[in-house]
Amino acid sequence: MSVRNVTAESAPVRWLLISAAIGVLGLFLLLPLAAVFVEALRKGWEVFLASLHDEAALSAVKLTLMAALVSVPLNTLFGISAAWAITKFRFKGRSLLLALIDLPFAVSPVIAGLVFVLLFGAKGWFGPWLSEHDIKIIFAFPGIIIATIFITFPFVARELIPLMESQGSDQEEAAVTLGARGWQIFWRVTLPNIKWGLLYGVLLCNARAMGEFGAVSVVSGHIRGKTNTLPLHIEVLYNEYQFSAAFACATLLALLALFTLGIKSVVEQLSGHSSSAKH
Amino acid sequence: MSKRRVIPGFGMSLGFSITWLSLIILIPLAALFIKAAGLGWEEWRELLGSPQVIAAAKLTFGASAAAATVSAVLGLLVTWVLVRYEFPGRRLLDAMIDLPFALPTAVAGITLCAIYAPNGWLGEILASLGIQAAYNWLGVFIALTFIGFPFVVRTLQPVMADMGKEIEEAAATLGAGRWTVFRRVVFPLLVPALITGFTLAFARAIGEYGSVIFISGNLPMKTEILPHLIIIQLEQYNYEAAAAIATGMLVVSFSLLFLINLLQRRIDWQNR
Amino acid sequence: MKAPKLLFLSSILATLVIIASCGGKSGSEKSIELLNVSYDPTREFYVDVNRVFAADWKKQTGQELTIQQSHGGSGKQARSVIDGLEADVVTLALAGDIDVLESEAKLLPKDWQTKLPDNSSPYTSTIVFVVRKGNPKGVKDWGDLVNPGVGVITPNPKTSGGARWNYLAAWAWADKEFAKDESKVLDYMKRLFKNVPVLDTGARGSTTTFAQRGIGDVFLSWENEAYLIEKEFPGKTEIIYPSISILAEPPVAVVEKNAKKHGTYEVSEAYLKFLYTDEAQILAGNHFYRPRNPEIAKQFVDKLPALPLVTIDADFGGWATAQKNHFADGGTFDRIYQR
Repeated sequence: MSVRNVTAESAPVRWLLISAAIGVLGLFLLLPLAAVFVEALRKGWEVFLASLHDEAALSAVKLTLMAALVSVPLNTLFGISAAWAITKFRFKGRSLLLALIDLPFAVSPVIAGLVFVLLFGAKGWFGPWLSEHDIKIIFAFPGIIIATIFITFPFVARELIPLMESQGSDQEEAAVTLGARGWQIFWRVTLPNIKWGLLYGVLLCNARAMGEFGAVSVVSGHIRGKTNTLPLHIEVLYNEYQFSAAFACATLLALLALFTLGIKSVVEQLSGHSSSAKH
Repeated sequence: MSKRRVIPGFGMSLGFSITWLSLIILIPLAALFIKAAGLGWEEWRELLGSPQVIAAAKLTFGASAAAATVSAVLGLLVTWVLVRYEFPGRRLLDAMIDLPFALPTAVAGITLCAIYAPNGWLGEILASLGIQAAYNWLGVFIALTFIGFPFVVRTLQPVMADMGKEIEEAAATLGAGRWTVFRRVVFPLLVPALITGFTLAFARAIGEYGSVIFISGNLPMKTEILPHLIIIQLEQYNYEAAAAIATGMLVVSFSLLFLINLLQRRIDWQNR
Repeated sequence: MKAPKLLFLSSILATLVIIASCGGKSGSEKSIELLNVSYDPTREFYVDVNRVFAADWKKQTGQELTIQQSHGGSGKQARSVIDGLEADVVTLALAGDIDVLESEAKLLPKDWQTKLPDNSSPYTSTIVFVVRKGNPKGVKDWGDLVNPGVGVITPNPKTSGGARWNYLAAWAWADKEFAKDESKVLDYMKRLFKNVPVLDTGARGSTTTFAQRGIGDVFLSWENEAYLIEKEFPGKTEIIYPSISILAEPPVAVVEKNAKKHGTYEVSEAYLKFLYTDEAQILAGNHFYRPRNPEIAKQFVDKLPALPLVTIDADFGGWATAQKNHFADGGTFDRIYQR
């Protein structure tokens, strides 16, 4: 393009903005990330690798992956369906529903743990019935999953709603006029339009699911090698003065954030789409 | 309000959403409310009106609002740069945005503490300037900004990426300067997402526990946050009082969320 | 439309079934599992105890014994057991935290503390001062903690068992110093907590604040933790024994209701009795707990010297009273922070 691009800022402004953004990110994100890695490697690679190979660490990783594997798909289903209902239709109580979806963000993880104790704990609503039938929810795997679902509940929906809102329903309406059926519209028209937002939502949901600490800590029981998720295992190590090992495990979760980006770029390139800079 | 429903799937999507919402969110929270109702009215007033709770509420809501505001401003800048410009390292930076999500809150707390404590990387510099970052109000604010920041970026990003440049081009053709285009054309389109981002960051900050307790210092009346008071009540096996504080927090945050959603609706309608 | 609706419903149902089916506990004659719910600083000690006891048990009965451990703040752990964490035995920081297992959930008999010797506390500890190398602020005794410019680190007594022992030890000194004049004692406590810049939620959090972050000049600590800090942060700290401290008795008990349900009563009891054997007493000493057995305690007297100790029962009327007077809402700790 030889003509000045009218939708771009002049070079100095652009560089000013870029350096400001890098400054912000550096201070708020890069520095903590660097701190995690520096602490993790303080005692050298050997300690670093050994702490990841530890049996308790491996079982914590497994538990964390399992919990994410169950909770993320369920919340993805919910997110799509809620976003569809909210953005394609006008109905009474829509704002209320929207606010309710946000609610788990506002619920302190501490409270989230507490409510499940009130429900499933030995003295809770279902506690006596559960213990009679020897079903364990709290202080076992199911409790960890439920707490994770609660915490990550709004992520996908929250990502999709503004996106679908800004896209409007014109295309879907056109599809209906052309005779398309419900699921056809979703797969052929809506999904291609929202796939980036959906992907973001799923990735966020997943990251949060794996990193959740507060709520899971209340319902896990902290049994080493059994109900300790990775974040809880990190806390255990930290409390054992194994700082390097704790941070080594934390790098796993930090790498997860970088890894998800890798997936995102690959998917973007495969589909020949770029959601990023279009100059 | 009502518009003819040409698009199918209303019953199913709403039905499923409400069922799942009830199972995961509403029933558990009902348990909380019922537990809290176990306290008499007088006890409620005494508990929620106690100086310690009021001090903690001021800190929690004040620091959360400040952190969410800062997150919104910085988030807008960062998202703009990430979406609109191409520069080396952009992808890496983009990836890092999610870090505060993936990092367990306790690790975040410990890490921030390592950075901002008086003997930490930045804390040392700040301390020589006479600023105490960790173990006071500022520490809480820093932790909450760290936690809330990704919400703003990740809500703005898809909207900004999907925003065509046609309107901007049209505006430019009509002679509008770049800043005018941003202010009058681009920004209004971003406002709903920005408000959502702010709201999410704010709501998340109110409830945040794990990262804050490491850096706040937890001094009663000074740097104690509401979730910590809940823990303290639990330590005394006072489930009712814990539920009462939790309920109070929930009611306030829910009203805020609801109000902001209404506001957003209004802006949305005006834009159409 | 019907099929997808069913799909959604069945996916929810399926999850619930998966979730529900994950419960249940398996046990067999050949192998047996025990869950010991304990507090933070005992981790290293019980790892050693479990190894030795499991080997012993196998020799005696041929059963493969796995002892699961759960650690956390003492009060939080007690709450987890009340709420359904099925501990066979609890080994907590203070008797008050086991008392509530009876009062809140009837998990064990009221007289649990008489079931084993020495108040069911096979080892004891006390509260000491950890200061920076060379003791630059010259802290010698409780009175020095209120000097201006001395930063004192302690966890929050509302959330930490260890911090309650700290608080009561300080109180006991002041009580003696000011001849039981409560307003003077309160004033001392107020000045003491004015010197506290950070109140962490647990003992190990405070250790980090003191040793890693370099905050404060004195750290009020469990004796065993103080030695652990010396080991973990060599050459940075020293231990000061004050003129008087408190006899901290971390008790142990079989959670009878759970143990009977699991069929582990016998092994649970044997496990706790094992803590009183010479072998376990020496292990306790090695981990800087004070062994109960006077013969074995003598071996460790260089490390763990005798000093005047008040007790919770004789000087504070037991845990229930101490809790009510000092740490419950409106107790002395709350009054310190109100003006």
